[in-house]
Amino acid sequence: MFTEDTATALLDEETHEAINIDRTKGDFTFPERNKFDAGWGLSSATVDYICDVKQDPDWVREFRHKALAVFESKPTPTNWATEDLNNIDFSKIRFYLSDGEKPKRSWADVPADVLETFERLGIPQQERAFLAGVEAQFDSEAAYSNVKEELTKQGVIFVTSAEGLKEHEEIFRPWFGKVIPTGDNKYSALNSAVFSGGSFIYIPKGVKLKQPLQAYFRINSESFGQFERTLIIADEGSEVMYMEGCTAPKFETATLHSAVVELVALKGAKIQYVTVQNWSSNVFNLVTKRGLAMEDAEVRWIDCNIGSRLTMKYPGVIMKGERARGEVISIALANTGQHQDTGAKMIHAANNTTSNVVSKSISVGKGRSTYRGQVHIPKHLKGCKNNTECDALLINSNSRTDTYPAITVKGNRHATQHEASVSQVSEEMLFYMQQRGLNEGQAMSLAVNGFINDLVREFPMEYSVELKRLIDLEMEGSVG
Amino acid sequence: MSLQITNLHATLENGTEILKGVTLEIPAGEIHAIMGPNGSGKSTLSKVIAGHEAYIPTAGSITLDGQDISEMSIDARSRAGIFLAFQYPNEVPGVSNANFIRAALQARLPKGEEIDAVAYYKHLYAQMDLLEMDRKFTARAVNEGFSGGEKKRNEILQMIMLDPKYCILDETDSGLDIDALKIVAKGVNAMRSANRGMLLITHYQRLLDYIKPDHVHVMAEGRIVKSGGPELALELEEKGYDFLKEPALA
Repeated sequence: MFTEDTATALLDEETHEAINIDRTKGDFTFPERNKFDAGWGLSSATVDYICDVKQDPDWVREFRHKALAVFESKPTPTNWATEDLNNIDFSKIRFYLSDGEKPKRSWADVPADVLETFERLGIPQQERAFLAGVEAQFDSEAAYSNVKEELTKQGVIFVTSAEGLKEHEEIFRPWFGKVIPTGDNKYSALNSAVFSGGSFIYIPKGVKLKQPLQAYFRINSESFGQFERTLIIADEGSEVMYMEGCTAPKFETATLHSAVVELVALKGAKIQYVTVQNWSSNVFNLVTKRGLAMEDAEVRWIDCNIGSRLTMKYPGVIMKGERARGEVISIALANTGQHQDTGAKMIHAANNTTSNVVSKSISVGKGRSTYRGQVHIPKHLKGCKNNTECDALLINSNSRTDTYPAITVKGNRHATQHEASVSQVSEEMLFYMQQRGLNEGQAMSLAVNGFINDLVREFPMEYSVELKRLIDLEMEGSVG
Repeated sequence: MSLQITNLHATLENGTEILKGVTLEIPAGEIHAIMGPNGSGKSTLSKVIAGHEAYIPTAGSITLDGQDISEMSIDARSRAGIFLAFQYPNEVPGVSNANFIRAALQARLPKGEEIDAVAYYKHLYAQMDLLEMDRKFTARAVNEGFSGGEKKRNEILQMIMLDPKYCILDETDSGLDIDALKIVAKGVNAMRSANRGMLLITHYQRLLDYIKPDHVHVMAEGRIVKSGGPELALELEEKGYDFLKEPALA
């Protein structure tokens, strides 16, 4: 009955401390001491530089060069997306930066400045409190990567993508680039050309992880592009929850983050992928995320987008096996100067598959939220179900929200349902709350938390507390 | 110790004057009732005291135990001790009643101090029992899907929990059946105290059968036109508001 109180009460002090990350906490940087720097701009030489530094096998080098050609051939998608994409100057971005250190298995071996970065972000503390494994990426490469020994014994693999493609090629290669082909979009091609970092995870048959695995992506350097690449394979009947967090300092110039995340849930497997993104307001965040769900498998994306200048992200699920389930639960908060262009793609490719999309966006000040949804159910299938709900909350008259749902359902043996709403925090509602003693910021926070309350419950407890705190900070900062 | 309203004038943004010089003192320990026809400015008076920004105070003052509150924000007035039970309480979707009241109490604590959850629920349940409210009520979103009676009871619950110095109840009796009215009156009567002043705004005498006022005022056209004891309410009930229109003969 009192979920929020008990949630707070159940957290011990260390956990509470561990998740105490706020917006300002990420706003610091250490001097660069890069051994490897691909320099400014992107060319075939940049790709070769990355391949050389990373000692990529030939098949990867070839993959990257092909991807670069695709990236260069694809136009910037301003025909449907925002013109702001034209403001990304690829010649003023550094595509690879690293200190040349291998990921450490112990925090004690991590260089002092990097360790301090992650300690200030609370990562080692979280690992001790509630995580089964952690990867912490600093600019282009992981500084730390470790998984609990008992999981390694069970055959769980949790390493960086570079280690995955070299050490576990037989599992990695068949799925790599299969869920999201290089040419899916301009930015997936970009990632495919210059990817570095990210996780490779394999969960063996029947292994059900009780604690989540976590990755944290940290940008430390200015005018930098982070391009992590993640592939998670959950073998038959296995279960895994993966959580990712991200921050960057506030720089004068734009920063680019363009990740590709592929999930493969084999027969009866279950993958939950949780993101709490807290980028500073000059980050272009262009991410492609998609999961493949085989027979009786389930892929859930639980996504919270706070911060960034522009986020374009539409997590998807391809339901390829019968009775597969796909779900996207997303919260986006767009403050002044921010555009959250998010949504979901649900591709039904087998009978009796079920998908669910619940999206809530909050636009504050001049912030802009856009929902783009795609649901595809072809004619030859039967018994497919989709439910799509998208709700927008506007706070003050300058906010803007758009909804572009595209539901293609062919045949008459399916059930789909679509609901959308736009509401606002009215002056009368604020008056009521303020009359009870809450100041304007507190009243706004409460209204916003109320709006997303049902979705926050879907986040793991530790993250839902963090999420509420982030929203409080955003809202308190947004009123005069 | 009193809530003192002196020569209060207030207009809408378009310049229409709604309050045309209201003077009223509610000492701690007393219950005052304001009656009056629709459009007389009763509800506006309550909102202006609470600081609603749709009304612009153009003259006069509002003081709470000697402190001028007329320049204070809505929430600061609330924390200073003003509580307004709304005629039409707003919904706050997704926010549970328990969390709403708790946030309001938390807003009254110094920074860094946290409400003790166990003691809070114990206290909340005791007040809910007094108002005959189901325990499930704590988890329901504020006023969402509430019946008229439930909304009014919720206002009284919030009032009891926030323990204000001065309570203003705006048409709390409207939309209540007799059983609900009795429960609401029980809550209000439980709050009667030598340290607390109350202002009941009502259209009908009925509420005053259950909550006995010390003084009754009649408001018309933005002013208080007549004041008296409880008998004034009965007189109004009997004669209607029309008899006020002949003040020259009074």
